[in-house]
Amino acid sequence: MMLMPFNGRMTEQDQSVPTTNGSEPPLTDLLTAVATSRDRTAFSALFAYFAPRIKAYLLRTGCEAGAAEEIAQEVMITVWRRAETFDASQASASTWVFTIARNKRIDAFRRNRRPEYDPDDPALVPAESISADNRIEVDQAAKRLRAAMNDLPPEQRELLRMAYFDDQPHSAIAEASNLPLGTVKSRIRLALTKLRKGLKEEEE
Amino acid sequence: MTRKMPNGIASLPAHRVPTHHLSEELLLDYAAGSCGEAEALIIATHLALCPDCRAVVEACDAVGGALLDEIAPTAVGAGSLEAVLARLDDVTSAVETSPFVAPRGHEDIVVPEPLRSYLATDLKDVAWKPVMRGLDEAAVPICTSPAKSRLMRIGAGVAVPRHTHHGSEMTLVLSGGFSDNRGHFVRGDIAVSDPEVEHRPVADADEDCICFVVTDAPLKLTGPIGRLLNPFVRF
Ligand SMILES: [Zn+2]
Repeated sequence: MMLMPFNGRMTEQDQSVPTTNGSEPPLTDLLTAVATSRDRTAFSALFAYFAPRIKAYLLRTGCEAGAAEEIAQEVMITVWRRAETFDASQASASTWVFTIARNKRIDAFRRNRRPEYDPDDPALVPAESISADNRIEVDQAAKRLRAAMNDLPPEQRELLRMAYFDDQPHSAIAEASNLPLGTVKSRIRLALTKLRKGLKEEEE
Repeated sequence: MTRKMPNGIASLPAHRVPTHHLSEELLLDYAAGSCGEAEALIIATHLALCPDCRAVVEACDAVGGALLDEIAPTAVGAGSLEAVLARLDDVTSAVETSPFVAPRGHEDIVVPEPLRSYLATDLKDVAWKPVMRGLDEAAVPICTSPAKSRLMRIGAGVAVPRHTHHGSEMTLVLSGGFSDNRGHFVRGDIAVSDPEVEHRPVADADEDCICFVVTDAPLKLTGPIGRLLNPFVRF
């Protein structure tokens, strides 16, 4: 697949917690309404927000238009089916939907299942301190993460887009963009350090 | 603190957090979904044993969520929502469950998910094939991946012949331990070897070392004995 340079299709300004439009409830509430009461109106609002973004993501990763439309629909059906497993104290709605879209893309492109650990596996080594994260903290962390992303230098931001949207590991990105592997690695590390710091920091 | 294990596996440290981790670049590749199935399998199996790397992957997933928020949307087809709504009646809200049912005495499970499902068994039922004295292996079937993945059992105190790698090699310790010039590796620890790394792992003296190994190119044995063995080793 060809490596596409950043073509300005993404906007830099939106730092607020995303809603389907200014007056509608936050995505988390919509997802909770689907989980608890199979609310089709809430689902339609989620569809309006996410389906065009999932389609854009799939197109950017090299998916052809018809398949992108089809997989985006599959992702939204999975959102409906698995809404009960969404845990607002663990991840934002967008993060949860991203992981579903990513896994569907892997299923469809590579024809393999995505190996993932099972959080209920008796062999899993648990975290030493169970974090007291709650939903408000997750929302605020998401907001801080977006702010931290907007503060990234352009070359680090561009590298993140390539990493997530070009379906190539960092080693292949180095080759395709004629950057030394060490430069790619250090930019990714720098970007992640800043973003993780942004995720953790208390409200300024 | 250790606990007794059946089937010749001496002991497992109780919930030890690993000290040898994956790089952030590899964890990002995993979160972005851009590594092959074999690499993803060994990374995910390390994640089961490593809360530290899980925290990094969660942060990387959140970056993916934020990138999805800010991507410029592409309009979906006119009838798309209606088509999906019409299909919701057919789908029950089935929460997918893990295909592997934990057996009785599940505290004895050595191999974590997702590797356990690929093996379709825990460690005690693996069919080992001898490679050389003190070294056995068992292929881990992954149909879609060009990378080689296998379990390796190094006998207590056995030194694996000195070798380098044409590509990269990832080694995750499942039980026992080994040492090389980079340090001591025990359950949960993962070693990533680049082509330039030449190493000679030696298993701990007191028990067999069992590892899950993913290689993306054949090994090249470099020691005097190793050079003779090269044609026979199908790593
Ligand atoms: Zn780790």
